[in-house]
Amino acid sequence: MKFLWEYLKKYVRFIAGGMSIKLLGTTLELLIPYVMEHLIDRVVPLGELPPVLLWGGAMLLLAVCVRFLNVTANRMAVRTAKRSILEIRRDLFHAALNLSGGQMDRIGLPSLISRMTADTYNVQSFIQSMQTMGIRAPIMLVGGIAITLTMDAGLAAILCVMAPIMIVLVVFVSTRGIPLYEKVQQGMDGIVRVMRENITGIRVVKALSKEDYEMERFSRANEETARRDIKASIIMALPGPIVTLFLNTGLTLVVLIGARRVNAGVTEPGVILAFLTYFNMILMGVMGLNRVFMMLSKANASAGRIAEVVRLPDDLPRLAEETAAPRAREGYIVFDHVTFTYGGTIHREGEVDQARFAGAQREDCLKDIDFTIRKGGSLGIIGATGSGKTSIINLLMRFYDPGAGHVYVDGRDVRAWDRDELRRSFGVVFQNDAIFADTIRENVVFGRDVDDKGLEQALEDAMAAGFVRQYDDGTEHRAAIHGGNFSGGQKQRLLIARALAAKPDILILDDASSALDYRTDAQLRHAIAAHHGDATQIVIAQRVSSIMGLDQILVLDEGRIIGRGTHAQLLETCPTYREIHRTQMGEVM
Amino acid sequence: MARRDSIMSKPKDTRGALRRLLRELGQFRLLIALVAAMCLCSNVLALLGPSLAGQAIQEAAAGPGQVNFERVTAYALRMLLTYLGSSLLTILIHMTMVNVSKRVARRMRQQVFDKLMRLPVGYFDRHQAGDIISRVSYDIDVISTCMATDVVSILTSTVTVAGSLVMMLSISPPLSAVALVTVPLSIGYTAHMRKQTQPRFVKRSRSYGAMNGFVEEMLSGQKTILAYAHEEAVDERFAGVNQDAAQAYYDADSLGVTIGPTMGFINNIGLSLIALLGSILYMNGLINIGAISSFVLYSRRFSGPINEIANIINELFSALAAAERVFGLLDEEEELTDREKAQTLADVRGDVALDHVAFGYEPGRRIIHDLSLKADAGRLIAIVGPTGAGKTTIINLLMRFYDVDEGAVTVDGHDVRDLTRRSLRGAYAMVLQDTWVFRGTIFENIAYGKEDATMEEVVAAAKAAHIHPFIMRLPEGYQTVISEDGGNISKGQKQLLTIARAMLYRSPMLILDEATSNVDTGTERAIQKAMRELMWGKTCFVIAHRLSTIQNADRILVVSDGDVAEQGTHAELMAKKGMYYRLYQAQFE
Repeated sequence: MKFLWEYLKKYVRFIAGGMSIKLLGTTLELLIPYVMEHLIDRVVPLGELPPVLLWGGAMLLLAVCVRFLNVTANRMAVRTAKRSILEIRRDLFHAALNLSGGQMDRIGLPSLISRMTADTYNVQSFIQSMQTMGIRAPIMLVGGIAITLTMDAGLAAILCVMAPIMIVLVVFVSTRGIPLYEKVQQGMDGIVRVMRENITGIRVVKALSKEDYEMERFSRANEETARRDIKASIIMALPGPIVTLFLNTGLTLVVLIGARRVNAGVTEPGVILAFLTYFNMILMGVMGLNRVFMMLSKANASAGRIAEVVRLPDDLPRLAEETAAPRAREGYIVFDHVTFTYGGTIHREGEVDQARFAGAQREDCLKDIDFTIRKGGSLGIIGATGSGKTSIINLLMRFYDPGAGHVYVDGRDVRAWDRDELRRSFGVVFQNDAIFADTIRENVVFGRDVDDKGLEQALEDAMAAGFVRQYDDGTEHRAAIHGGNFSGGQKQRLLIARALAAKPDILILDDASSALDYRTDAQLRHAIAAHHGDATQIVIAQRVSSIMGLDQILVLDEGRIIGRGTHAQLLETCPTYREIHRTQMGEVM
Repeated sequence: MARRDSIMSKPKDTRGALRRLLRELGQFRLLIALVAAMCLCSNVLALLGPSLAGQAIQEAAAGPGQVNFERVTAYALRMLLTYLGSSLLTILIHMTMVNVSKRVARRMRQQVFDKLMRLPVGYFDRHQAGDIISRVSYDIDVISTCMATDVVSILTSTVTVAGSLVMMLSISPPLSAVALVTVPLSIGYTAHMRKQTQPRFVKRSRSYGAMNGFVEEMLSGQKTILAYAHEEAVDERFAGVNQDAAQAYYDADSLGVTIGPTMGFINNIGLSLIALLGSILYMNGLINIGAISSFVLYSRRFSGPINEIANIINELFSALAAAERVFGLLDEEEELTDREKAQTLADVRGDVALDHVAFGYEPGRRIIHDLSLKADAGRLIAIVGPTGAGKTTIINLLMRFYDVDEGAVTVDGHDVRDLTRRSLRGAYAMVLQDTWVFRGTIFENIAYGKEDATMEEVVAAAKAAHIHPFIMRLPEGYQTVISEDGGNISKGQKQLLTIARAMLYRSPMLILDEATSNVDTGTERAIQKAMRELMWGKTCFVIAHRLSTIQNADRILVVSDGDVAEQGTHAELMAKKGMYYRLYQAQFE
């Protein structure tokens, strides 16, 4: 809540104004039955028309004021909600976009997206209704009771006893209901998961004729969820009728006791009538408070989740030149005895399985990695899945910082670089890299200063020009979300074009051509050599053919360098490399 | 609170959808009739309440010292009883309707899922998973919520409105005339506002959808954005998207929030008019105080549901639109049932032949023009060719995920269309490039194709696939839960799991589609022996990029643009110096 205050405080006057208007509007609204009671009990018995018309006119006037005030206040609430959520979303998105690799691992993409969407929505609803219902409900409740007290304290005592009981009851049931609904939601997630699994794996399911088994599996998840859903829904359906019953019982008591008091001459029939109206109002107050209460607890949780991201400190700060590590040795890219572990083992609740699994998996680290690439030189990295190849890129581009040792680009500790400036010297294709829902041109140019000629050349070099030309709209052809309308090979070629387009100083291809056939891969390598020969290259690959022509090759195994040298040298010195080569190239060689 | 305005589409065939929905409800018709009866009773009871209260107040209005307590108590007692009865009935109604609606939802979910299992694979190639899933997670939910609440609301509202009207008329026809002013006013106003707000709310949900899509896309590509130092531009684009969403929210809600106060305003006017007119009638001795009291209570009851009905009709339409989408899926054409005299494929030798096969996914767009191929039992057939040449299509035809347009696929001389799908597919084991695991233990994932598999068999298969040591390193070994989406297991390991699955599933024929593409070469080499054992004596179809894997094939098919460009053994094709030769040479360049 303190977090929300940061955003709301600059509107505090506006909010206070709106709330005051709401307060006034609601109070006047409460007066209407009061005036009516006065009209019926005191004015009508006088038997004169003018005062009746006067009081009736007063009621109408009140009604007009009430509408005006309430509409104004409600609109002001929407306005505040709009303004503040705009800023909250902006800050959250900005923070999310700039998370370091470790922070991203820890929070996780699905959670981040739901914070950005569902949580901001909850907060927005809360900001709006806190200024309207948050005022209205308590006023209705307290005001209703207050007015009835002034009318007849004795009768009002019944309400004073019943209101707290009702509130406790409603809140009790609601708080019981929320966890039940969470369970329903989990059940629904399970159902969706089984469906998704079956849709993605439909070929396997059909190949193994497991349709009946899957129907049975779905049925189990389905029944369990339906059972939970029925339970939760029934419990949540209870407060309404129960509160109504309570209230009506109170009403009956009011009539009974009221009759006695009329008989004793301490109250009048009109008062009883007004009580009946105020009862309804109090009922609405109780239900409204319950809604506000539920919304508050939801918004509180959501605000907490948003704040957690927004308040994350930059865990990769830029170091001043003096505090950064001094240059270790000559070389354009230098890894100086680098050791690294993914720190992202702190897991959040709800990701238990992942933690269990990842604990075993995440030992994906680097141990004493040491190498140098000269400017314009090239390095190939090969090794088993999980041997740490990608981690080297993650450190080089400063998505993470090493545990020990230093990484240098152009003679400077990467931590002393402005991050954006550092990254601008790269052209990179990651494993499973992203194609955005935009034109081919925008995907390749990607916000940089690349002209038509540069774009054409990049597509040409990346062997993408051919298929791009086949579209009627050429480079203006739009990619679907996640590049769904391209094949794996086409996507990889576009990504390579993106990496080449700005003629980067450093070119990084991480498993970038795995979906290309050998011939296209070979042509790609020729084109890079011809047109990007002065770029420093790092190529990570599973295929020996993709790296065998590079100046230097590292063979990685479980985070260690177990072989280094040129292709020819490694064939001599590194048994693992020899093995890989033999498997891939076949015995014929 | 989830707003149901997010889908506003009108159903196309309202009546048809309604009729089928009613048929779905058919099995509960007794219960629903009971609910209707209970609704009637409950509302009649609730309506009696104010009348009794009015009579009691009338008794009390006799003035000090003259109240007949016996009669007041009698009225009060009857009030209490009617309220009690009404509340109990309401609870019962809710419970019944929750049960009915959730059970209908459960049944519909199961129907949808069972349907999915019977749909041809092509359906999943054409439809997005998210879209299919939303039928179950969203549409059915809308239908069920509508049934649980709206059915009761309609029944209740009708009874209340009719009952209140009767009561009001019976109390005072002149006062009832006031209703003739306010009712058309509120109906007209609601209708007007609905027309005004609906497009704005549609726009609101659309812009939220756009924002969510943007966020999802950008955060998934976060690393790429950072790598290209593109984050400021993305922040800027988000500012636009964010502004749009906030503005759409403001436009919709600032209008939406005027509805409540205005409805209140109309009610208050009605109240004022009743008070005025009532006073005049009273002064003329045409009505007593108690009657005015009752009338006020009834008029409040009367206006509520009228406002409600407009909303309900809206929801009803969106539920029907949802129902239509669900029924649309249920009406999809199913995978053809096996032919009447379909034989069970037994004692498979494994002679597979394609005889002048022509095929296209869409009519008029042939992918395969004229493909003939003969694979004798126990032979290894390799299929190579550039991406998109139709390699996977051949697999689709072999497994009969699709039927040929012309020609025939035969196994042991039987046209596959004369065989039961179960027996045909059961004759193949498949390892695909897109590996598939589901949420469940490792044991369950490996044993998936063989329901009675023992632990020993599973372990043996895992050892053969070289995944056993990895499994044993996991905290709970074979009982560790893995999942498709959790990302808790690498692609390569998933592939090994599916290889183990195939090893366990002893079948006479085998399909390997890029089966080892994600396994690093070291592991691949290690499992080659196991793969050879797996393949031994079986008819195998292998698709691979790495040509080394297929050099020993009995026959290599080079596919290009849907036709076989070349076939022969490795040696023959190399000697031919054609397409295969060029592909082969490319990997050494």
